[in-house]
Amino acid sequence: MQPRTLYDKIVDRHKIRALDDRDGPGSQLLLYVDRTVLNEYTSPQAFTGLRDAGRDVWRPEAALGVVDHVNSTAPDRGGAVEDANAQRQIDYFAENGRDFGIEMFDVLDPRQGIEHVVLPELGWVLPGLVIAAGDSHTATYGAFGTVGFGIGTSDIEHLLATQTLTYTRLKTMRATVVGDLPVGVTAKDLVMALIRGIGADGAAGHALEFVGEAIDTLDVEARMTICNMSVECGARVALMAPDDKVFDYIAGRPRAPSAEMLARARPVWQALASDAEAVFDREVVLDAGEIAPMVSWGTSPDQSGAIDGAVPDPASLPEDRRRDAVRALAYMGLEPGVRFEEIAIDRAFIGSCTNARLADLRDAAAILRGRRVAPGVRAMVSPGSSSVRRAAEAEGLDRVFIEAGFEWRQSGCSMCLAMNDDVLAPGERCASSTNRNFEGRQGSGGRTHLMSPAMVAAAAVAGRLADVRSLASREM
Amino acid sequence: MQKFLSVTGMAAPMPAANVDTDVIMPKVFLKGIDRAGLARGLFHDLRFDAKGRTRPDFILNRETMRDVRFLLTGPNFGCGSSREHAGWGTLQYGIRALIGTTFAGIFADNAANNGLLLISLGEDDRDRLFRAAGPDGAELTVDLVERTVTCGGLRLAFEIEPSRRQALMEGRDRIATTLQMKEQIREFEAAYFAEAPWLARGGAA
Repeated sequence: MQPRTLYDKIVDRHKIRALDDRDGPGSQLLLYVDRTVLNEYTSPQAFTGLRDAGRDVWRPEAALGVVDHVNSTAPDRGGAVEDANAQRQIDYFAENGRDFGIEMFDVLDPRQGIEHVVLPELGWVLPGLVIAAGDSHTATYGAFGTVGFGIGTSDIEHLLATQTLTYTRLKTMRATVVGDLPVGVTAKDLVMALIRGIGADGAAGHALEFVGEAIDTLDVEARMTICNMSVECGARVALMAPDDKVFDYIAGRPRAPSAEMLARARPVWQALASDAEAVFDREVVLDAGEIAPMVSWGTSPDQSGAIDGAVPDPASLPEDRRRDAVRALAYMGLEPGVRFEEIAIDRAFIGSCTNARLADLRDAAAILRGRRVAPGVRAMVSPGSSSVRRAAEAEGLDRVFIEAGFEWRQSGCSMCLAMNDDVLAPGERCASSTNRNFEGRQGSGGRTHLMSPAMVAAAAVAGRLADVRSLASREM
Repeated sequence: MQKFLSVTGMAAPMPAANVDTDVIMPKVFLKGIDRAGLARGLFHDLRFDAKGRTRPDFILNRETMRDVRFLLTGPNFGCGSSREHAGWGTLQYGIRALIGTTFAGIFADNAANNGLLLISLGEDDRDRLFRAAGPDGAELTVDLVERTVTCGGLRLAFEIEPSRRQALMEGRDRIATTLQMKEQIREFEAAYFAEAPWLARGGAA
């Protein structure tokens, strides 16, 4: 048999039939989808479509719903929200769960959280699966050797009705990450450096597989950060071959297969890797050892630089990036040549499906221990899930955040996209552990600087963008 | 889904790269449980300032663009969030096709599922079309049957994936089409779960 990439192996395994007479990238096929997760804002019209057509859900147990986008993250939140439209979404979501037999976690469920944090911690994301869901960051599951990808509402409806998608096979791209990340440099910095290097559309149309010693060394949560944010360089799917760390992560979780079943699955999962001779449509190599803590300066995730640098002069950029850079700097209220470390912030936010897992909170807390948020900075942390929140509290991280001056909030997508009441005011500047610095993303007129959770903590303490390596020296 | 055969109308140039779906459809318009009322949200923060006043310099606010039918777009248009509201709002605004070089994956799938035609040109053809339309835009015709874009004296041929073209021309119900294959799906499922029992019901701990 011809050598194949991991992506093609998983797609082949889920191919019910071809839908055209082509082969390879661009060919259409009927793809079986193992599982999906639903949220309250991209699913309602899909259920209305099913109702209007009188259709059932093909396999209700293959779907799980969780309220995450519009809910409050107030520490004392109840089940209801003030925004009547958001409340209607929450209510309709619950109604759809009841009527179609789909399990739903409501706002007060102890398992509630951001969908891409909840699924892995339940042990529901397993190697070799296809998981499609109505959220672009479904690519997160690539850390488990799962083909995860985002779909729109029409495709959610198609998936619920048929357990399949009419699917166009992607091209493949491999990112080889050699070397080791330096001390103080994280998975977030690695993926931001990649995005900067190849551009916001650098992996468009591709399934992006990560390999290399720097990836092997990372724990599963850090790998999720990388796969999650690969979406911001256009990758529809990100993938990493699963290893013992992944198998150990899954074992014993609430929805994981039984020990007996895990033993049967393991040899199948261990074979999930690209063949040595497999040919990728594109290759890129990254040296982890050369990466420094990153911050974004613009309104596209590829507009970023190392913290010890400065806002670039658009004239120094490649011609096709200049006009967008000029516009971005105007929006961000920044002048060329300003050192990143001189940029003062108003807000600091730690949260999102990119960077709000327990390891992320530990990283940030390590910087905050014994320090205070700078005067005038409002700082918030929204744990990735209610389970993460409890686990963090069990080890006292909540005290560290609170004593440093952070608000210790409940879980949700929160100010990553500001669909709830966690919003930047126009002109406010935020150091944020999230994934998108688009215009208005965190609030109309709000200005977002993307960075790792530890870098957000450092910025909160300094009151301006700051190099975590200078603050962290005494812990290291 | 509205069929697309041939459409003539005004085209507005929006050449910026990486126009994301947060800009196309800001979050305040995502709170519905139906698809209605999204024309108002399309490019809202570009069309209106913080006080709700029309921004006269924005291309879609010009008098000539009252009946705009096409956008001429920059690379990687529609990147970011999966929100299908971006595509729904575009169509509800009256826009029938976007003409550019590349479109983000989820946005492109959403467009196809709703009858919004996306045309990917090579960079040379894209440049010629932008020049022909000028900075103020121009009237053009998109013919999906002939696979051509015509703007003044310029006539460009474009490629489109055959099944997508067929679906757009017929305005087809995709779910009904897939459900015609339901026996095949069931057969696949039976064999699949037999081989991977840890995924079947009862496989969980």
